Amino acid sequence: MMEHIIKLLPELNVAFFETLIMVGIALLFAVIIGLPLGVILFITDRGLFLENKWVKQVVGIIINLIRSVPFIILLVFLLPVTSLLLGTTIGPMAASVSLSVAAIPFYARIVESAAREIDKGVIEAAVAAGASPWMIIRHIVLPEAKPGLITGLTITAISLIGYSAMAGTIGGGGIGDLAIRYGYYRYDDTVMFTTVILLIVIVQLVQYMGDFIAKTVDKK
Amino acid sequence: MIELREITKEYGKKDKIVAVDNVSLRVEKGEIYGIVGYSGAGKSTLLRFINALERPTKGSVHVDGIDLLSLSNKALRKARQSIGMIFQGFYLVASKTVYDNVAFALLAAGVSKKHIEEKVDHLLNVVDLADQKRKYPSQLSGGQKQRVSIARALANDPKVLLCDEATSALDPNTTKSILSLLRNINKKLGITIVIITHEMEVVKEICHRCAVMREGRVVESGTTFDIFSNPKDELTKTFIQNVLEFHLPDSLIDQVQGKLVKLMFLRDLATDSVVSDMLQRFKVKGNILHGKVEYIQETPLGVFIMDVSGEEAEVNQAISYLEKRVNSVEVINDGTHYQALA
Ligand SMILES: Nc1ncnc2c1ncn2[C@@H]1O[C@H](COP(=O)(O)OP(=O)(O)O)[C@@H](O)[C@H]1O
Ligand SMILES: [Mg+2]
Repeated sequence: MMEHIIKLLPELNVAFFETLIMVGIALLFAVIIGLPLGVILFITDRGLFLENKWVKQVVGIIINLIRSVPFIILLVFLLPVTSLLLGTTIGPMAASVSLSVAAIPFYARIVESAAREIDKGVIEAAVAAGASPWMIIRHIVLPEAKPGLITGLTITAISLIGYSAMAGTIGGGGIGDLAIRYGYYRYDDTVMFTTVILLIVIVQLVQYMGDFIAKTVDKK
Repeated sequence: MIELREITKEYGKKDKIVAVDNVSLRVEKGEIYGIVGYSGAGKSTLLRFINALERPTKGSVHVDGIDLLSLSNKALRKARQSIGMIFQGFYLVASKTVYDNVAFALLAAGVSKKHIEEKVDHLLNVVDLADQKRKYPSQLSGGQKQRVSIARALANDPKVLLCDEATSALDPNTTKSILSLLRNINKKLGITIVIITHEMEVVKEICHRCAVMREGRVVESGTTFDIFSNPKDELTKTFIQNVLEFHLPDSLIDQVQGKLVKLMFLRDLATDSVVSDMLQRFKVKGNILHGKVEYIQETPLGVFIMDVSGEEAEVNQAISYLEKRVNSVEVINDGTHYQALA
């Protein structure tokens, strides 16, 4: 059995990095696009400093729309888009397109709810001090929500690891794909077992790191 | 300095709540103005007009000659920098140190990095927190937190400081020290202060003038001394009572032999001579059961309760003599039914 695993190592290694790329790219987009969207959802809310019913509703509806589509359907639905963007629908880069589309609204909602935990009075004190919206976002909202934003990123990462297995099966590669190809189609229990263990270890590690960082930055 | 004209604020569409009902208010430059009232009277709403955190349904708001309601967003932000505000809940940024909490207000006003450092150090000295500057709010006591928020409110050299129940979350000793800090700020920096509170003690301690609010309206206003010595509205009287309260134990009341008289001395305390003069002129016995002197804005206000006994005619004459000599005499009990004592 050990021999079997050692023989598998190069492939496992490749799969590991494929997963890393898929999840990493999707997380990057979650932060670049999902974070601002979440902040917009928060600051345009009633009684807040950029209250705007229209913006809030339009962004909210788009996010809900994407979130209500099951990932596996989103995956298929986005194949033409992926092909248009990258010229291919195969490989971890291609899979990261649909993963990103799923991760952005997911993280945006988490950002919104993390920001809502901030005491409204703290924001009001900043408004009363004559601070601009950008100043308040940068110096109050983001720092105050930081532990929640990090915890949210952990949750997003772990969900993405799960999704990446699905994305892997339709040509994305990665650990999940490996597990299904060997374990499911070829009845290779050892590979199946090894990959599942690997996934468990990765998820635990991500969770542990996320909790640790969130705790370190929390000054409450 | 501050002028609110015929301000009304309504909330809700169907079930309209009138939070502030046609209030006009003027606060002069350099004064400490108090607004008292029970919870829900509309005090916070009124205060929040002064920095336009709240916009009235009707009426106008002028601070230092500027019509706040006509300003663009940018100009309003600029105007707010010269109107500091502190709150009951302190509202410090938990993820920032004491230093950074204060620095934020300066950063928001576009002050350069170099000047920020100097200024924050100076402000922390003013509020007596220089040694706490690297701490986080969670490591501070309530009084220290309020000091940080005062430093933050003073950061941009405001002309006006608004205090929303700033001492309501603090214990009596800390309240005293925060109030004396505010008094110093008013005296040394000439900052106009508006304080809202439900505690008459706070008004008594530091306010030059005050207004009493009920159900969105100002029911009475005037100098603090006038309000204390001569309250007109029932609500005002209730508030005053909390400060000038007296409770005579039942056992003492049982021993009352004559008439129970409440004397009030304003501004000077010639109690001894008035009482001894009375005792010499009339054949009555006088027994002081209770005495209290409050200093309102450094002016004494004394309240004494006396048991005046003797022959009825003499007692009545003695009392009319007292009426001529002191500011107010009230026969709270004529000797027949003692239980009606407040
Ligand atoms: N944003 C709001 N929406 C609806 N009603 C409000 C709002 N703010 C205050 N009120 C109402 O206005 C009244 C006055 O409130 P407030 O000014 O906070 O009183 P106070 O500070 O004297 O306790 C209360 O009845 C309160 O419920
Ligand atoms: Mg209030």
